[in-house]
Amino acid sequence: MISEHLPVLQVVVPLIAAPICILLRRDDTAWGLATLATWISFIIAGSMFVEVQSAGALSYALGSWPAPWGIQYLVDPLNAFVLLVVSGVSAVVMLFARDSILDELGRERENLFYCAYLLVFAGLLGVTITHDAFNLFVFLEISSLATYVLIAAGRDRRALVASFQYLIIGTIGATFIVLGVGFLYAMTGTLNMADLADRVRAYDTNPAIIVAYAFLVIGATIKLALFPLHLWLPNAYTFAPSMVSAFLAATATKVGFYVLMRFVFTVFGPEFSFDTLSVGLPLAILAIVGIFATSIVAIFQNDVKRMLAYSSVAQIGYMVLGMSLATTTGVAAGLIHLFNHSLIKAALFCSVGCIVYRLGSSHINSFAGAGRRMPWTMAAFCAGGVSLIGLPMTAGFISKWYIILALLERGWWPIAVLLVVSSILAVIYIWRAVEPAYFREPPADAGPVSEAPLVLLTATWILVFANIWFGIETSLNVGGAFAAAESLLSGYAP
Amino acid sequence: MTDDVVLRVLAKQMIPFILLFALYVQFHGDYGPGGGFQAGVLFGAGFMLYGMVFGVTTLERLFPGGAFRIGIAAGVLLYSAVGIAGVLLSGNFLDYNVLAADPKAGQHMGIIVVEFGIGVTVAAVMIAAFYAFARPKA
Repeated sequence: MISEHLPVLQVVVPLIAAPICILLRRDDTAWGLATLATWISFIIAGSMFVEVQSAGALSYALGSWPAPWGIQYLVDPLNAFVLLVVSGVSAVVMLFARDSILDELGRERENLFYCAYLLVFAGLLGVTITHDAFNLFVFLEISSLATYVLIAAGRDRRALVASFQYLIIGTIGATFIVLGVGFLYAMTGTLNMADLADRVRAYDTNPAIIVAYAFLVIGATIKLALFPLHLWLPNAYTFAPSMVSAFLAATATKVGFYVLMRFVFTVFGPEFSFDTLSVGLPLAILAIVGIFATSIVAIFQNDVKRMLAYSSVAQIGYMVLGMSLATTTGVAAGLIHLFNHSLIKAALFCSVGCIVYRLGSSHINSFAGAGRRMPWTMAAFCAGGVSLIGLPMTAGFISKWYIILALLERGWWPIAVLLVVSSILAVIYIWRAVEPAYFREPPADAGPVSEAPLVLLTATWILVFANIWFGIETSLNVGGAFAAAESLLSGYAP
Repeated sequence: MTDDVVLRVLAKQMIPFILLFALYVQFHGDYGPGGGFQAGVLFGAGFMLYGMVFGVTTLERLFPGGAFRIGIAAGVLLYSAVGIAGVLLSGNFLDYNVLAADPKAGQHMGIIVVEFGIGVTVAAVMIAAFYAFARPKA
């Protein structure tokens, strides 16, 4: 009986856990409940992923109202894949959360923090699972509003400014999305995505449809922080608590990328997007310029969290580049990188979180001598860095491999060369944090510093091992991504 | 402001009617314009008026901040409970038809309880927001 309700339970479990967190006492129970809800969501996502691969898409009618009228949840190969990534990485990051949040936030606001976290989590899952364009906007707002709270929870007062900055830009993004949905609704009279896809074809290049398209694509690119609409991201990731940076870097922008794909491929269809409007070229140009511009900016950052934040924007460029090719390999490469980059950035932000836990700062100077004083933490950081650069036997290599493969397939080999060059930029900025850790002495006045607590290290190392595992045994990430890409592009050739 | 007799008397006269009107908007919501959101805001406004005229500390003695925190959570939980009840009665999530023997009565019941949940949460959030701004800084 329970299995048919899995699509709705995916969202409802964290959504119900959130208000309960408010009522709990100020001890570890709020964390325990949030972790439990996250793991249950992960198990649900995993079982739906398996079911979708074997039995095809799962549909769920909320309130039993049938599809074009009521809100429909539809789990197809694409969002089953994204749900798995989002819930899986969150489940590991929650293990990291308890000590890290207690250290950075204190008991006082802990249960409210976990309430906000669960709302973000439920919102992101809801955006991913829903097949209703307006419901998508509602969930996007739930997750965004709660995200502002998470970012503002940072201990530095600049976190408030960062959060406010994100609030302004994020609200503009959400407004664009609701305007786009409004235009579509005015033209077609429907909100269900499959129904929209059928009806939108009839309008061909009607200006109202093109305006809707522009609003939706720009709104989604703000949410996923594609260059040059990424300006909210570096501050938000830098000043948020460590666990929040790891969580958001692994999930929020990925769901933004999913929203872009959903509208471009499912609602408007690849023919309209890539042949009629040829949106592939501008996206590819922005992606490539973004990869280089933000990687170079990352090199000059002195705060490691800020450096990783700029690196995230560059990595989003790789995903969008893959998607903009509109080939099965290209779209799959974008999705593979979505999966792998979640693991890479979660591992890196968690290891920086360990440094912050012991040394109180993520400035490059505080890394001095950390290689000897916190060997396991720095080893995890190096492993994550290697995966980010894309050396063989790591997840990052698999992503780059498929992106370059997709570029060569289309004959864009100069771009493929540029991508290899961009990896060198990643070597430089990762080295800037590694160098002081191993080759510089800790400051003379520094007190004794021990290795990070076992719990934090365990969570970090689970993510590091995932990076290595999915760099060798790729049937899950590559297989899932190709299944999703084929379902999006069925019957289309660029 | 607490010394202004006209204001105090007027506020005292008005608050019961504001709260009553909020309840009317709440429970008339399924026949006419209204529902949980509007009713919650009106209900909250009644409390805010009291707080502004008689002082936030007086209001807080009547309703401590913790009570509103429970209200915020309770409304959402009530809403979700209706959804889960649909699942337990072998319908889908938020399926009101199965809540009563007659689907029409079930829809009626479902929407009233759900709207009540919304009303509770919205009123509690409004008052909590008022506290957050008006309470003297510790």
